[in-house]
Amino acid sequence: MTRHNKIYWAGFAVVMAVLIIAPLVLPAFWGRFLTEVLIWGLLAMSSDLLIGYTGMVSFGHSAFFGLGMYGAAAALLLVSPPNLWLAIGFGLVGAAGAALFVAYFSTRLRDIYFAITTLIFSQIFYVIIFTWTAVTGGENGLIFTRPHFSIPLLYDARFTPTMMHWFVLAVVTASYLFLRRVTQSPFGMVLQSIRENEGRTRAIGYPVQRYKIVSVMLSGIFAGLAGVLYAIQNQFAAPDFVYFVTSGDTVIFNVLGGIGTLVGPIVGAGFFQLLRELMSRIFGDQFPYLIPVGFIFIAMIIFLPQGLLGFARRWLNK
Amino acid sequence: MDAVIGLIQAIPIDLLIIQTVNGIVTGMILALVASGLTLIFGIMDVVNFAHGELFMLGAYLGVIVVATTGNFWLGLIVSSVVVAVLGAALQVVTLRPLIGRDPLNTILVTFGISLILQNYALWQFGTVTRKITEPISSYFTLFYLQYPWYRIVVTVLSAVIIGGFWLFLKYGKFGVWIRATTQDRVMAQAMGIPVPWVFTGVFALGAAMAAASGVLFAPLGGVAPTMGLDWVLKAFIVVVVGGMGNLGGSILAAIFISLLEAYASIWVNPSQAVIVSFVVLILTLLFRPTGLFATPK
Amino acid sequence: MNAAAAQSGPLVQVNDLHTYYGKSHILHGVSLHVGRGEVVGLLGRNGVGKSTTLKSIVGLVDASQGQVLYEGQPVTTVPAHKLARLGIAYVPEDRRIFRHLTVMENLRTGFDRQGVTDERRKALLDKVFSYFPRLAERRTQAGGTLSGGEQQMLAIARAMMLEPKIILLDEPTEGLMPRMVSQIHQIIDALHNEGVAILLVEQNVPLTLAASQRVYIMEKGVVRHHCAASELDVNHAVIKQFLGV
Repeated sequence: MTRHNKIYWAGFAVVMAVLIIAPLVLPAFWGRFLTEVLIWGLLAMSSDLLIGYTGMVSFGHSAFFGLGMYGAAAALLLVSPPNLWLAIGFGLVGAAGAALFVAYFSTRLRDIYFAITTLIFSQIFYVIIFTWTAVTGGENGLIFTRPHFSIPLLYDARFTPTMMHWFVLAVVTASYLFLRRVTQSPFGMVLQSIRENEGRTRAIGYPVQRYKIVSVMLSGIFAGLAGVLYAIQNQFAAPDFVYFVTSGDTVIFNVLGGIGTLVGPIVGAGFFQLLRELMSRIFGDQFPYLIPVGFIFIAMIIFLPQGLLGFARRWLNK
Repeated sequence: MDAVIGLIQAIPIDLLIIQTVNGIVTGMILALVASGLTLIFGIMDVVNFAHGELFMLGAYLGVIVVATTGNFWLGLIVSSVVVAVLGAALQVVTLRPLIGRDPLNTILVTFGISLILQNYALWQFGTVTRKITEPISSYFTLFYLQYPWYRIVVTVLSAVIIGGFWLFLKYGKFGVWIRATTQDRVMAQAMGIPVPWVFTGVFALGAAMAAASGVLFAPLGGVAPTMGLDWVLKAFIVVVVGGMGNLGGSILAAIFISLLEAYASIWVNPSQAVIVSFVVLILTLLFRPTGLFATPK
Repeated sequence: MNAAAAQSGPLVQVNDLHTYYGKSHILHGVSLHVGRGEVVGLLGRNGVGKSTTLKSIVGLVDASQGQVLYEGQPVTTVPAHKLARLGIAYVPEDRRIFRHLTVMENLRTGFDRQGVTDERRKALLDKVFSYFPRLAERRTQAGGTLSGGEQQMLAIARAMMLEPKIILLDEPTEGLMPRMVSQIHQIIDALHNEGVAILLVEQNVPLTLAASQRVYIMEKGVVRHHCAASELDVNHAVIKQFLGV
């Protein structure tokens, strides 16, 4: 093993150990807080595949997150007894469908135009979900019960908050490792080449649009997975999460944490949530915490565009 | 096809005309908003995410001036000027440092600005919708409706502002500077044109147009901190459908989309009629991604 | 500011200029000067850095090291649009006129400055149209519709609108017919007679030697030879060494 790998995996092991022990030592509120940070982190990480590795900024991730959420809701409401794996399956299919639809149209355009069209498409989904009250519950959303954690024929138990946390941690970690493999694979290399110089990549002969579509779909699927986890954790689905604000938050997490690092966005999500929590405790929860966050965000783009973990970008990708 | 014709024939002609007028009214306001956006994009390569918030702030400033002085037209002017200055300040502080960097940075920064402005408005003004009374409250009879003259005035004013602006671009000294800078930024500098200030001026101008639209729209729809997002979304659709950076195209697209939405509202409620603009966008992207109304420059 | 120094020294002085393009080191310490009203030639093969030298003086390329002095004052970091207003005009390779602006509008970008009265504007236009009658005929036509030679004329006319003290000409005769080459020579002479300094980058050696008082020859990012133009002719050993095939 190279020296870099030894240090990397050692660090990884330490971080994992901390995250596994956390729910056992933290007070209940912070335990849940950490679990939610992981879920938002997964959403942000999925977006990093597009922003950091393919060079495409998406303002439409709320659609994928939302469809994952509503897909899971559908499984949990339609099939009895509510099944965890079915929920995940439905959610991923829903998100993949949305991603394919969005990818097909948006990838025809480059750069800024792509960003705008993803935004518009996610709003399309929002309007549909918000107004199709019969199916989606409209404004009020859907409420359902949390499924058991069950492995057929082997094990069945209700989720305790600690189990929930470990389950989320397992899913997020597996996603990270998978995405890491993807970014280091030949496919991932082509994506990065598209980010560096799309024209040249195309000139060499790569079907750039096809790579972009796959990238958007992968990104969308993992965003949907985050939505599924959120649905299971909180037991409701609401159109608010499909609204633009979620997409905006995702981009903020990415920029704060450092694009092109995969873990950076998770840190960004944590940083953001922590800031929000601290400000509402110090200034009261009427305080518009997004104003100072907005200033920090702008300052980072101008002065620290690589984000909090950006300094480690090369190292994390080796 | 017969069903469609039958459907159209079933609509009373007066309703059709009323909706046409309504469509043109909203279309012209949308055209004014989209013009500012297209201007900033075409000349500076900046996608101004905060455009909707400038529209919203303009509307609020209008509310404040009207509340204190009772004069709507004063509100329109003050609002445009103040927001223009704000726009210039924003451009100098946040966008100038980014000149030369990847254009995606500017979309992120303007997104950050929109975040701050929107939350500031929420904090200062609360969520209750404000209203301004129309400066002209007389009506004329349009078929079975008492149709407000104000709406016609708004349409004409929007057209005048856009027209005046087009003339400025074509003939004024600054117009030549702007066009030269758009065509060849480097040689414009070599000819002594202060390009960084041209950009600031253009951004301020776009901001003023957004603010003016906000004030003009306020008596029609009410003012709320979140109104910006809906308008900027529509404006983005208009800009893409009209051809990015194409002023004439944006205007045509704005009217076209607003007309279609007005007609759609005959059958569905307005929050669903908005799907029309989405459909137009999808069709444009499928068949003419450079813009439905794109004319060669 | 020392007025005496400004009057006595050269108009433009370049000291030990270094520039980079990414990681490539383009200029390796270029030094030259142009006196008031002088015509100075800058010769060299393709790619030695002649255009980059001009661009550095005009402010379109940043120097990593070295100085540019104008009338005795350091202007290395002054932005291009300010330098243009101070009197340094630039006519680039491939002309770069504003294609979608009319001939008249192209000229306007030069004379729409502070302190230019209507009279002066008219006088400037008359002068330029007398030099370039073809431009007068085409004044309402879009720049992009002009022929190559006419675009070159327009590029020079536009620069003249700045009423500059020095014009930097980058390969003005490239791609022009021989008849137009002699026209360029006449224009350079006329400008010289008016007291405008010219720094002329050219591949056309006979023209450069005939029009200039002094010449510099560059190779690989530095000046390698400097002498009076009268000392050289086309067959001179130095010319063959630095410009021969």
